[in-house]
Amino acid sequence: MTDIGFVRSHLEESRPAPHRTSGPLAWMQKNLFASPLDTGLTILGLLFLLWVVPPLFNFFIGHAVFPGGTVEDCRALNAGACWAYIYSEIEFFIYGFYDIDQLWRPNLVFLLGALLLIPLAIPKAPYKGLNAVLFLVVYPIVSYYLLAGGVFGLRVITTEKWGGLLVTLILSVIGITLSFPLGVILALGRQSQMPVIKTLCVAFIELIRAVPLITILFMASIMLPLFMPQGTTVDKFLRALVGVTLFTSAYMAEVVRGGLQAIPRGQYEAAAALGLNYWQRMFFIILPQALKHVIPGIVNSAIALFKDTSLVYIVGMKDLLEAVKTKNDSALEWQSSNTSTTGYIFAAMVFWAFCFGMSRYSIFMERRLNTGHKR
Amino acid sequence: MTTLDTGRNDAPRVSFFNDPVIRGIIYQVVVAVILVTFIAWIIQNTAANLAAQNKTTGFDFLWRTAGFDIGFSLLPWSRASFYWEAFLVGILNTLLVAVIGIFFSTILGFTLGIARLSSNFIVSSLATVYIETIRNIPLLLQLFFWYFAVLKAMPAVRDSFTLPFDSFINQRGIYVPRPIPDAQFGWVWVGLLLAIIGVFALRHWARKRLEATGQRFPVFLTSVALLFGVTAAVWLISGASVTFDVPELQRFNFRGGVQLPPEFVALAFGLTIYTASFIAETVRAGILSVNRGQTEAAQSLGLKDSDRLRLVIVPQAMRVIVPPLTSQYLNLTKNSSLGAAIGYAELVNVFSGTALNQTGRAIECIAMTMAVYLTLSLLTSAIMNWYNARVRLVER
Repeated sequence: MTDIGFVRSHLEESRPAPHRTSGPLAWMQKNLFASPLDTGLTILGLLFLLWVVPPLFNFFIGHAVFPGGTVEDCRALNAGACWAYIYSEIEFFIYGFYDIDQLWRPNLVFLLGALLLIPLAIPKAPYKGLNAVLFLVVYPIVSYYLLAGGVFGLRVITTEKWGGLLVTLILSVIGITLSFPLGVILALGRQSQMPVIKTLCVAFIELIRAVPLITILFMASIMLPLFMPQGTTVDKFLRALVGVTLFTSAYMAEVVRGGLQAIPRGQYEAAAALGLNYWQRMFFIILPQALKHVIPGIVNSAIALFKDTSLVYIVGMKDLLEAVKTKNDSALEWQSSNTSTTGYIFAAMVFWAFCFGMSRYSIFMERRLNTGHKR
Repeated sequence: MTTLDTGRNDAPRVSFFNDPVIRGIIYQVVVAVILVTFIAWIIQNTAANLAAQNKTTGFDFLWRTAGFDIGFSLLPWSRASFYWEAFLVGILNTLLVAVIGIFFSTILGFTLGIARLSSNFIVSSLATVYIETIRNIPLLLQLFFWYFAVLKAMPAVRDSFTLPFDSFINQRGIYVPRPIPDAQFGWVWVGLLLAIIGVFALRHWARKRLEATGQRFPVFLTSVALLFGVTAAVWLISGASVTFDVPELQRFNFRGGVQLPPEFVALAFGLTIYTASFIAETVRAGILSVNRGQTEAAQSLGLKDSDRLRLVIVPQAMRVIVPPLTSQYLNLTKNSSLGAAIGYAELVNVFSGTALNQTGRAIECIAMTMAVYLTLSLLTSAIMNWYNARVRLVER
């Protein structure tokens, strides 16, 4: 029994604790200097930052001319962004040619929108159904009459005068609200067993998705008046809205289709077995599950639509981009080498803030709605 | 075999109106009737409107002289050219900017996508900042920025900035030297062609040897050496030379070289920058979609890192990347139509813009423009379907 091959006669010297597994130094070692290549990349990256950040800082803040500055400051050699120009023209960028003494009307519309949208976006806020109806149905109608006037003694202000961020927001909010249900209907139509309806939906979706938005907008602005009975005039604003909505609905339809295809057949069959009719099956069983799957896709379409509203500039609408470009080209009192750069950067920052906000919100909702299916 | 008659062979008796088949037919007939009526109504309205405006229809205008100038054209163009030639010029310009944009955005996009996954904090943050900034700003705004705020703000011709390789940039665009190969240079192309054939032969031989003996051959390095070596040798032996037609500042403008107009530069640049951010996201998603187990399995089989990437990870990632990648290419092609807003002579600008305004044939012009994009899109999806069928997971 004593025939044991090897027995350790003394304890092994204990090894030193692994040094630095946490703390800033360890983090740097792991994330910045893990290998020679990594170290090289880090140094290159730092050099790049050194090269890019100081000029950018000087342009945006250091040498920038802030509100209160004059155009002479903007024209100075080495002057940075001319924020004073943005500040003095901000009303035009937001409202376009809207009557100056009536600006409380768009402001009220913005306020109402924010008051309705914020509780809609916060998951815990109560009365979601009522809120949704108010925002999606009542709000657009109220806003239209508030902005256009003609009732309750409000002065009539034609859509020609609307402009700037106001138009961009109206086009996107109405575009998204209308294109979503249209997209769902098209997606359901594409899944339909009825050949006529299916062909119709497939043809519409594929045709719209194959051509650029510009051609659709050209079609809406040039051909729509030709299609209407003689003597009817279609508002330019409405034409652009029709174009943008139809375009986005085709993309929404494909997104929703992806969700519908992800639902197992058993769900359809179980719903049918319960004796629900087609619309009940869709609205109570299939769509709630399908739409949850494709929230990122829907928000992406919404972001794309928001960005695409800038294209209405090409058919002569006055959105934010048009307002900025018009001022850049025409504001002689602000002419300097940095004026138009500042203008475009301002517009970019506005668009960016909205789009980035939407994408963050979609990530938040995605995590929240991710009930089950977690691996 | 006898069949058991359960009496259930007949469809359950339901009233005529509740039969789903009959209902379906009724719905479809109703939809078809509404659609046909609607189209007839539109056609009638259009005809009435056109008649009221004294406009004619038809495609005969294609054989009339166009009589307008096109700023940038790959085909010989003069005011005496026909409308159908304008159509071709537009298509070619669209394709040119699309191909260039696709080439550069692929390179930039893949680099950024991989950089965003890098374990190096600075590299991945830089890539993230780029992607999140560019993706959330409308392309048209970016094009305006590059065109009006950057390129149009360049100095006048006399004070052009000098770029490397005898190139110049000013308000009128970028001027680069034009290479002029001499008569002997044809041999260099022949040499290059031979080298390419040699590379394919080498690959074939190396694979055969690997299968027969299990011995590997450094194919990649030899191929590179072959390509450069053979081409360079032929170049030296044949005594071919390339001279450059360098742009030179004359009294009012540059002479010689190739002029890239600012519209073209802004559009190609803007499309590349914008699409690259989307391609980067596609690439990232594709790489992340390959299960970690695949890496571990490949490692436990003893594959080298390069083999693991080449044989296990990339083929699986590409299966996920390629379909959205093609749709990004298609998007880029469609987005090139925004060139119309900065005056690049692409299809929409030439045909749905100038030609439409001059002829007044709105329906024909827009229909032809749409048909081009539709064809491109259908072609791409046909190729995609073929590719998908080829790389699809073959399950038992």
